[in-house]
Amino acid sequence: MTPFLVAFALMIVTPLVYSMYLSLFRNQLMGGTTFAGFANYVTAFGDPKLWDGVGRVSLFLVVQVPIMLGIALIAALAIDSGRLHGKSFFRVALFLPYAVPGVVAVLMWGFMYDDRLGLTGSVNDLVGFPLIDPYTKQWILTAIGNIVTWEFVGYNMLILYAALKTVPLEIYEAAAIDGANQFRIVRSIKIPAVRGALVIATIFSILGSFQLFNEPTILKQIEPALISTYYTPNIYAYNLSFVGNQVSYAATVAIVMGLVTAVVAYVVQLRGTRREI
Amino acid sequence: MAAYSYLRPRRSITLTVLLGALLIYSILPLTWMLFSVTKTQPELLSSFGLWFSGPFAFFDNVQAVLTHDDGVFLKWFGNTLVYVVVGAGGATVLATAAGYGLAKYRFRGRNAVFAVILGAIAVPGTALAVPTFLLFSQWGLTNTMWAVILPSLVSPFGLYLMWVFSAEAVPTEILEAARVDGSGEWRTFFTISLRLLAPGIVTVALFAIVATWNNYFLPLIMLNDPDLYPLVLGLYQWLADASGIGAQPVFNLVITGSFLTIVPIVLVFLVLQRYWQSGLNAGSVKA
Repeated sequence: MTPFLVAFALMIVTPLVYSMYLSLFRNQLMGGTTFAGFANYVTAFGDPKLWDGVGRVSLFLVVQVPIMLGIALIAALAIDSGRLHGKSFFRVALFLPYAVPGVVAVLMWGFMYDDRLGLTGSVNDLVGFPLIDPYTKQWILTAIGNIVTWEFVGYNMLILYAALKTVPLEIYEAAAIDGANQFRIVRSIKIPAVRGALVIATIFSILGSFQLFNEPTILKQIEPALISTYYTPNIYAYNLSFVGNQVSYAATVAIVMGLVTAVVAYVVQLRGTRREI
Repeated sequence: MAAYSYLRPRRSITLTVLLGALLIYSILPLTWMLFSVTKTQPELLSSFGLWFSGPFAFFDNVQAVLTHDDGVFLKWFGNTLVYVVVGAGGATVLATAAGYGLAKYRFRGRNAVFAVILGAIAVPGTALAVPTFLLFSQWGLTNTMWAVILPSLVSPFGLYLMWVFSAEAVPTEILEAARVDGSGEWRTFFTISLRLLAPGIVTVALFAIVATWNNYFLPLIMLNDPDLYPLVLGLYQWLADASGIGAQPVFNLVITGSFLTIVPIVLVFLVLQRYWQSGLNAGSVKA
């Protein structure tokens, strides 16, 4: 296990420390890099572009994550109930999108959203007026949410389903003998059984939401006007360091986002485990 | 009889239909893609997305993808294979060895190591990406294959899965018995533990394979040279070419290229997905 620890230290700990170190400096066009103390952090806390992105991913988080996990939970319960025709087919087919590369997923949906290449044109022709137009300011975040949901519903379903499988069959037998119906069993046995897995799935989803990058970046290639250079904090950090050459400030943004994420994930974990007791 | 009826529940049409809707949602984009790879560029833009239209151009499209830009697609395919075999393979070996070690041997600082690794799962990948890039550029590693492979080698989540799985699947008594019989630690690991760990290893390997095959962000920041691109980054490049201002529209290339990119990973996935079940099962015992 020593090789792992060495690799771990090199690939995770070193960059982390280095990025903290970087965040204490300032890059200037003239005069090079100078020590700046915590000035970058002060800038970050008053930076409307950063908070615009944070607001956007928070909104995304609050709406998309519950929908995705809700669907995943219903699907996991349905498959576990044994009342489906073709249960293993469902399990594999729903999980399949997880194997599709994010780039390809966005490409497919991105084209399908397009009214010439895709399906929205056909839908709009059918109803006779422009019912859906994903490439507008009001719709684009929903459009991104849909892609992310599509990619990860099956993955979350499988995590929850695996947790359901660990419930011993005797418990269901006992419940059935006591006259509990399906809904009672779901509420009193199954939901408590998946709580731990649900907390983990929630935390992973929170991490994913705060790091939102791929989907908007690729959609930007299809529809450049709708996605700004600071659409999400991650895109902002990327543009700062690779387009704007403000490496130190990019490191600061990354650290601030890391802290925000850690705090939110920690609160979720506390709440999740407290309810368990 | 009540227990019997629970174990053999009545099939429900309503539930099947409900999940059927979800199923259609899941495969809708893939279906659209299956029809689209058979179309020529003009037909793509003018026909209904979920049915055939115009001449059957699938083989022409494949040929166009493979020969575009002197066969750069095949080069990207080869690069992706290298990243997956070395990166994901290495990640699996490291995670297995370390997870097994953490689960089965007591040593000083073990809990501290575990806490740090768990914390690392929660570190946003992008908080690391920019500083990793800067470090690599100082070491002269950017724009080389190593820049993509090295960070892929570390998978805290894989290690966590292997740790939990080792703790469950390999009883300590067996190891003690082997020790009493005079088997060395390495021999025990290769003759006994490895076999018990197999489902967990496949699970970790599959997560690593999917993650490396689909990796986009890391190659995006590390690589400038299109000759080193993995498939997904190449596709992104084509998309940029296709939709830029004054660009030649090559949507048929992008779509057929995407199709060829997902076929191998989907096949691997379908063949090996049943192992994930048992691997994840053990993972969720502790979770």
